[in-house]
Amino acid sequence: MHKLLTQEPGKKLLLLGNEAIARGAVEAGVALATTYPGTPSSEISANFFNIAKESPLYFEYSINEKVALEVAAAAANACVRSMCVMKHVGLNVAADALMTLAYVGVKAGLVILTADDPFMFSSQNEQDNRYYAKLSGLPMLEPSSVAEAKEMVAYAFELSEKLAEPVLFRTTTRINHSNEIVTLGDIITPVTTGDFPKDPFNYVTVPAVSRNLHKKLLKNLAAAAKTSEASQYNFIEGNNGPWGIVANGVSYNYARDAIRDLKIEDRVRLLRIGFSHPMPSRLVTDFLKGCEKVLIIEEGEPYMEENIKAIAQEAGLTIPIKGKAEDLFSRLFEFDPGMVRKNIARYFDISYTPVTPIDLSDIPDIAQRPPNLCAGCSHRATYYAVKKAAEGKATIYPTDIGCYTLGLLPPLSMADFLICMGSSVGTSCGFSKTTNKKVISFIGDSTFFHSGIPPLINAVFNNHNFTLVILDNGTTAMTGHQPNPGVDMDQLKCSGYGRVSIESIVRAIGVCHVEMIRPFRIKKSIEAVRKAIDFEGVSVIIAQEVCPLYAKGLKMAMGKPFYVSDKCKNHRDCINELACPAFFIENEKVKIDPDTCVGCTLCAQICPEHAILPLKEKSKIR
Amino acid sequence: MNPAKMDMRHMNVTRLIIVAVGGQGNLLASRVLGEAALLADIPVRMSEIHGMAQRGGVVESAIVFGNARSTIISDGEADILLGFEPSETLRAMNKCNPNTVVITNLSPLPPFTVAIGKGQYPDLHLVQSIIRRKTKKLIAINAVELAKEAGNVLAVNMVLLGALIQTGILPVTIDNVKEAIKTRIKAAFVKINLKAFDLGFQSAQKN
Ligand code: SF4
Repeated sequence: MHKLLTQEPGKKLLLLGNEAIARGAVEAGVALATTYPGTPSSEISANFFNIAKESPLYFEYSINEKVALEVAAAAANACVRSMCVMKHVGLNVAADALMTLAYVGVKAGLVILTADDPFMFSSQNEQDNRYYAKLSGLPMLEPSSVAEAKEMVAYAFELSEKLAEPVLFRTTTRINHSNEIVTLGDIITPVTTGDFPKDPFNYVTVPAVSRNLHKKLLKNLAAAAKTSEASQYNFIEGNNGPWGIVANGVSYNYARDAIRDLKIEDRVRLLRIGFSHPMPSRLVTDFLKGCEKVLIIEEGEPYMEENIKAIAQEAGLTIPIKGKAEDLFSRLFEFDPGMVRKNIARYFDISYTPVTPIDLSDIPDIAQRPPNLCAGCSHRATYYAVKKAAEGKATIYPTDIGCYTLGLLPPLSMADFLICMGSSVGTSCGFSKTTNKKVISFIGDSTFFHSGIPPLINAVFNNHNFTLVILDNGTTAMTGHQPNPGVDMDQLKCSGYGRVSIESIVRAIGVCHVEMIRPFRIKKSIEAVRKAIDFEGVSVIIAQEVCPLYAKGLKMAMGKPFYVSDKCKNHRDCINELACPAFFIENEKVKIDPDTCVGCTLCAQICPEHAILPLKEKSKIR
Repeated sequence: MNPAKMDMRHMNVTRLIIVAVGGQGNLLASRVLGEAALLADIPVRMSEIHGMAQRGGVVESAIVFGNARSTIISDGEADILLGFEPSETLRAMNKCNPNTVVITNLSPLPPFTVAIGKGQYPDLHLVQSIIRRKTKKLIAINAVELAKEAGNVLAVNMVLLGALIQTGILPVTIDNVKEAIKTRIKAAFVKINLKAFDLGFQSAQKN
């Protein structure tokens, strides 16, 4: 049985934040869950995917976040408890659905999880999605710990039903990817089918209907404000003043630890905001009234700070309230306990000597260790083929989101522009129209399904001129090898799925020049790429080769390792052009680590001396 | 155990940073420690950054034992630094202060940037002398050799775990950790892993 289905209320488990969130949903009787994978949220849905195999839960990897939200919105309006999980930027994709879903509301609980990523550990921006709650008029909950996240998810379903609105549940990476001891609760048996009685004048959002629905939303928002005032997730700790601290999310933990470390428990009142939209104005007013001076600790934007200053103004309070400032907290990146301790000490003028850090000035430069495409990754071969085929041409390489974005790094250097999912194709239209360079763009299979298709239609219709390379490695590799519509689900021993062919889509769109390549047949691939880039108009190359890490996970047959024989003349084309992590240098000679090499043969094909040969027995080198 | 002592174990906060290269098994090592703390009834919180672990990047975990709520550790605030790879141990020196105890594996895994001439791998003697000079104590062991001796090079994480527990700085006992190894690791590998743990423990004693 899946560990998150354990029926032992009271049992303590060490859980990852994302496991605790999935468990919270299971305890609340979630019956339908949807997602498009994205770090730091991915393990929530990875767990749902497996839980669904042995429980009544219906789970799907939807094609993108907008579709995921639409599926869940319908289910919740058919009276089925639903959850929709995505990373923060995913909510941008789903925002169109979100804004009007807020008007329509829900009948059964719908929890929309947005995983924000301060510091951008694995994201293209660090937008603060609390503003989506404000923009849409929906309630928002934010946990401070893993254990609280589990409880709060279950509460979010109740809240959603009480208010008849979806609830936004915001985490940050340090919640998703922290482990903590969590106590299991009871599991509610999910109700998997409901009904949707026709009621078009409340559900079909033509202007006349929406004018009424907007009124309804404002009423619900007022009810949410009342609930927020009394919520157990907004609370004050410490009865003493005169100093006030307001904190949310993980900042609350850092504040609590700092108050203890600085021994100022008897001088501070701490307001923790966990129900952050709407803000509890009365609670905040009462809190402010007992303080001489207030510090607001929140990662990201000054969301609470703006609110609290407005509340203070209403109440005629003129005490100093600060948060984001040059000498205090930044809008940039994530916070840490030491930074919070230091800023609390500075703001309230408490004497405090931080630990003496060690002197790092005489530590020598250490070679960087950036992540790299795996040994045997087919993207390396495709990039090499395109590079060779485009040699001598002035190029622009718009790229997209996936493992292949690592092609940015030298020596491949095959990425020039990226803003969001699918942008490789859309930006190719603009670059090819406005420059005289050859535009060749890259997109992975999953990203193509997510948002690469409409811009490709755009390109054909508007008669643009560029080459799109679709890197089809049969999985959504970057986020942990989730399926996508092009994946052969039999390989995952899952039945009842369809399969969509990328080639058929591309041809149906009307792309006249389509080349199918197997990137490890390097000569043929270079030839095919040459033809495609010489074509005037939109051409598409589909590079098909399974991701070796995925293949390894599925125990598919892998190639045999290679070694560098003594025919090697040490000009190092292999290392310098491919930078495969299986290479290393020993005694000034190129070597291949047989435990890392998966036998893709790429280096053997490009070695001018034909010095790289299949290894018969592993003992030969090392 | 007497209640007063137990309280101390809860009150005191011990902060551990583990750095490794993707694939070295440090996440499993931190899970084992978390499980051991659960068995010992010690509050524990851990965080990890593992987005690119499988693409050869650096993986860092922070484990906070005792009565704290934070799951991450600020620069200069680690009580112990455990490095699975010598150059990564050195790179993580920003987490240390003069009272930090450092444990490092001595077998290098040079990053590919070295192979393509985009950086230097630091000299191992220099690495050790710098760390020794700047921190309270350095325990340096060849974990790969000991793992091989235990029967599987992949048991490097258990060797290092053994050395870590030997320092006595963490509020968990040898038995807690061995018990946790048994619950977290597949039965077939438990014996080798326990042996690796013991070898690491002994080697730290001699250090
Ligand atoms: S996981 Fe797959 S796609 Fe990603 S870098 Fe590794 S081999 Fe390439």
